[in-house]
Amino acid sequence: MEYRGPYRVRTVEKPMPQILHPEDAIIRVTRSCICGSDLHLYHGMVPDTRVGSTFGHEFVGVVEEIGPLVQKLKVGDQVLVPFNIACGKCNFCKQGLFGNCHESNPMATAVGGIFGYSHTAGGYDGGQAEYVRVPYADVGPTVIPPDMDPDDAVLLTDVVPTGYQAAEMGGIKEGDTVVIFGAGPIGIMAARCAWFFGPSRVIIIDHVDYRLEFAKNYAYCEAYNFKDMEDPVVFLKKTTDWYGADVCIDCVGCEAEGNSLQTFSGKVTLMQAGTATALQWAINSVKKGGIVSIVGVYGPPFNLIPIGNVLNKGLTIRANQASVKRLLPKLIAHVQEGRLNPKGLITHRVPLEEVADAYRLFSSKLDNCIKTVLIPSAKS
Amino acid sequence: MKKQHQDYKNIPGWGMDADPENEPNYPMKNYTGDDHHRSDYKRSAPQPKDVEILMSNERPKISAVFGNSVPPSGLSGMIRRYAFKHSEDRYRHWLPLIFADRINMFEGVVDDLRKGYFPNIIAERGWKMEVKHNPKGFAVKIATAAAVGYMIFLMLKKKK
Repeated sequence: MEYRGPYRVRTVEKPMPQILHPEDAIIRVTRSCICGSDLHLYHGMVPDTRVGSTFGHEFVGVVEEIGPLVQKLKVGDQVLVPFNIACGKCNFCKQGLFGNCHESNPMATAVGGIFGYSHTAGGYDGGQAEYVRVPYADVGPTVIPPDMDPDDAVLLTDVVPTGYQAAEMGGIKEGDTVVIFGAGPIGIMAARCAWFFGPSRVIIIDHVDYRLEFAKNYAYCEAYNFKDMEDPVVFLKKTTDWYGADVCIDCVGCEAEGNSLQTFSGKVTLMQAGTATALQWAINSVKKGGIVSIVGVYGPPFNLIPIGNVLNKGLTIRANQASVKRLLPKLIAHVQEGRLNPKGLITHRVPLEEVADAYRLFSSKLDNCIKTVLIPSAKS
Repeated sequence: MKKQHQDYKNIPGWGMDADPENEPNYPMKNYTGDDHHRSDYKRSAPQPKDVEILMSNERPKISAVFGNSVPPSGLSGMIRRYAFKHSEDRYRHWLPLIFADRINMFEGVVDDLRKGYFPNIIAERGWKMEVKHNPKGFAVKIATAAAVGYMIFLMLKKKK
C-alpha cells in the first residue's frame, strides 16, 4: 500500500524490507487492519505524511527473518505486533510507558515511534503490506497463543488495548456513569471494556445510526445520536440527574462533527489541529471533580478546548497512546476466557490489492463498515 | 430516564478489574524513580544512518532506531529541512510540514508522469465503492463539485 496524497492510496511493488539493526525482525504480514486513526493520515491531517509512505500499525504475521541480537523470536513464529515501537530500555519503557519510548522516533519528542504513521511518528513503513521491518523485535512482538484466532490477535495490536486503556484511565468506580464519545471501533471497545471496572451505566454518543445500533448490541451500552438532540451536553446533564457523568472518554479525536465553529476552524481553515468537538463535550459533560480520558488522536500544534472549565470544575485529564505491551497479558486472558470477542468488530475482509476501495469504504462509512481487515494475497 | 441494562452486573467480566487504587496515575506508570536519571540508561546500538533523517531539535541525538522510508527530496524536502530547524512548539515547524505535504502530492504526480505512469485517480480514491454503496450521495457530490467549478469558471471569465 502506498499513500499518494489526501484520499489517494494504491498498491505498488516495493523492495523487500531489510534488517537495518541487529534487534530487527522481518515479518510476513498475514492480516492488517485499517485503523480509524489511519483515516487522519488518509485525509491529510497529520503533518509530515510523505507521498510514498506505507500505512498500517495493526498487523499480525509470521517471523521471516531475525537480526543477530534477537533472542525471544524464531523464524516461523506467528506474532502480533503492538502498534508502538518500544526499546524496553529507556526510562519510559522501564516504567511501563511503552507508548512513550524515547529511542524509536528521532523526528518528534512528543510521540514515540509508531508503524506506518507518518514521519512525525518516526518514518517507519507500516504493515499494510506483504512484509514489514519490525525494530526491537524482542520487546514488542508477542507470540500468538496457538488457540487464538488471528482475527482476534490482530485486534489486540491496537483496538482492544486502546479501548481498554481508555476505560482504565477513566478510573471508573463501581456504580459510575461512563460516557463515551465516538462509536467507531475504539469507542465501541472502550464501552465494552468499561464494564470490567464496575460502572452501572455506559453511554455512547455518535451521529451514525448503524454504528450506534452495533455498539448497543456489542457493548451492552446505551447509545444516542447527538443529531437527535438540541444540545448533547444538556442531554447528558439531564440523564445524570443534572449532575454530569462521572467519567467521559473521548474516542473521536481530530475529525469530530457536531460544532460548526470547531469544523470551520479545524477542518475548513486548518487554524487548529482538526476539530476538538468531542473533547469539548467531554469536558463540559463530566461532573465537577470528574475524569476525562482521551484516546482520540489529535495532531500538532494545538486545539481549542475550554481549559477554563477544566480548572473551575477541578477535572483530571488522563491521556496516552495505549501501552499495548503492558496490557497484553490481561487482554489475552479476557479473550481466551471468552469475556471479550474482538473479531466481532470485523465487518469487512478485503484483499490488500483493493486497499483504495477499503479506505474509501471505511472513510465514507459505506456498507455499514465498522472494521476492515486487509489480507495480503496468497502468493506472499 | 430508564437505564437499559438493569442487570448490568451479569455482563461478562463486570467489575472484575475494578481497582480502588486507580488514582490518578497508577497503573499507567510503574514509577521507579528512573526519571531522575534522565537520559542515563543503556541504549541499544545505533542503527546505521543510510538516508537523510530530519531530527527534532528538542533532542540531543538521533534515537537508536528510526524509519528510513521516503527521505526528504525536492522542493518539499527543502521545506521540511526548514521546518526541522524549529522546535515542535513552533508554528514554523508544523505549518511548513503541512505545506510540504501538499507540495509533495504534486511532486508525486509529476514523478509518476516522468516514469511514464498515468495515475488512475478514480481507482486510487476508491470511487468504485461510492458508486456501489452510495450512488445517490455520490451523484450529489459530483453535481455540487461541477456546479461550484462552473461558477468559478464563470466568475473568472467575467473578470477577464
